[in-house]
Amino acid sequence: MRILATLATADSGTARVAGHDVVADRRAVRRAISLTGQFAAVDETLTGEENLRMMARLSGLTRTRARRRAEELLVRFGLTDAARRQARTYSGGMRRRLDLAAGLVGSPEPGVFFLDEPTTGLDPRSRRELWQVVRDLAGRGAAVLLTTQYLEEADQLADRITVLDKGRAVAEGTPETLKSRVSGHRLDLVLSSREAYLRLATRAVHHSPETLTLGLPTDGTAAHARALLDEIDPHRTDIDRFSVRSATLDDVFLALTTDRTEAPAHV
Amino acid sequence: MSDAPGALTHATVMTGRSLLLSRRNIDAVITSMMLPIMLMLIFVYFFGGAIDTGTAYDSYVMYVVPGVLFLCAGFGSATTAVAVSEDMKGGIIDRFRSLDIGAMPILAGHVVASTVRNLVSTTLVFAVALLIGFRPAATPAGWLAVTAVLLAYIVALSWISAAIGLLARTPEAAGGFTFFMSFLPYPSSAFVPVDSMPGWLHGFADHQPVTPAIESLRGLLLDQPVGNAPWTALAWAAGILTVAVALSGVLFRVRTR
Repeated sequence: MRILATLATADSGTARVAGHDVVADRRAVRRAISLTGQFAAVDETLTGEENLRMMARLSGLTRTRARRRAEELLVRFGLTDAARRQARTYSGGMRRRLDLAAGLVGSPEPGVFFLDEPTTGLDPRSRRELWQVVRDLAGRGAAVLLTTQYLEEADQLADRITVLDKGRAVAEGTPETLKSRVSGHRLDLVLSSREAYLRLATRAVHHSPETLTLGLPTDGTAAHARALLDEIDPHRTDIDRFSVRSATLDDVFLALTTDRTEAPAHV
Repeated sequence: MSDAPGALTHATVMTGRSLLLSRRNIDAVITSMMLPIMLMLIFVYFFGGAIDTGTAYDSYVMYVVPGVLFLCAGFGSATTAVAVSEDMKGGIIDRFRSLDIGAMPILAGHVVASTVRNLVSTTLVFAVALLIGFRPAATPAGWLAVTAVLLAYIVALSWISAAIGLLARTPEAAGGFTFFMSFLPYPSSAFVPVDSMPGWLHGFADHQPVTPAIESLRGLLLDQPVGNAPWTALAWAAGILTVAVALSGVLFRVRTR
């Protein structure tokens, strides 16, 4: 990501961003992009408003236009109330939003956004607020490249996902394509006895002996689930509970990668 | 479409930013301003009586003021180095670079803010010195020369501090590195005459960059003959500045690779 944003040089290979080569045309690339890292790139002791005005001035707006632009962005990112507070008093989510806003000050707005793990360390509410911001950006026609370790996030936001394993792309496609690589749905059954568990184990695609849980493939329809339950447990004594779950990107990820601790999925 | 702003616009905005940051960190700034004043009081009232500066000076305070001005610049440089280092540590440097702002406008902003801080602290030192019996006798041309020499050294030392800020891996280390600048006035004629030092130190004390500056400031302030000292001092300052600018350019490229 730092290579694409022209902040680091590639060992080999070439890349083009918004039609410009990242090495030969780095100025043009820098004017076309906005970069937001996981460490907020704002001045902590300046207020939100001062940060945005400074960035606007640096990207070439006059003093008056910079002030107006800062106000617009504060409204758009829901930071009006906090505009005159120092950024160090902001919550994680507010800081990230201020950071994103700071990347938007130039005009025209950049068409390409690089968001490097933008929701790492945020609480669920802030994460959802940030997702909405990303959807808005994409809705305005911008291209967003986002790295994340949260696969649910990739599923929610991405049109296209690249799964990286040890620095290599191991899979690429829409969330649906990726999910179709593992079975679509699964009926998880919690069985009442060890005998029942052993009897049905051969039909299952997912096993969890310690909780006596088995996962059987299904298409997710009520008709199929009902038929399946009747078939495998005609006396209605063997199954305590059941749940239907859709395959998640977590399943895809686990199927695709070997032992990994960190694996950003690219949107 | 906004016009691509030039380096001058960038430097102006960066200066405004650095000054604003200083105002927000006013505690640290005041501390760095109070230290030289305390040291001046210590030197004048505790040590001064025991130091023989010869017959040319009515009192020790007349002798020591230029040295204290240099202590000021030394303490001020710590603030500058830390500020530069903080920038390099945080994500903000990537933001600036992605806005296509070069090393020089960023550092120039810090240096100008540092110079402003130093001018404030220098004025404070002068004010306190006047209160405790400093009576300068400089001519108008002398004052002009004093200002030129001081300004040249403040800018040169500020830029060295900025380079140190780039060199140090952490802000704490950056603050520590600048201590050699606060110590440089001691082995010079700033506080005691060089003649009173051991012989092996004379060579260094006579030819280090602080000495010609101290000699010219002292001579000019008391309206005594200074010879070539101001020119030597300005040459040193220009040399230091040139090296500092070149060095910081290289360091910036290394740090942001």
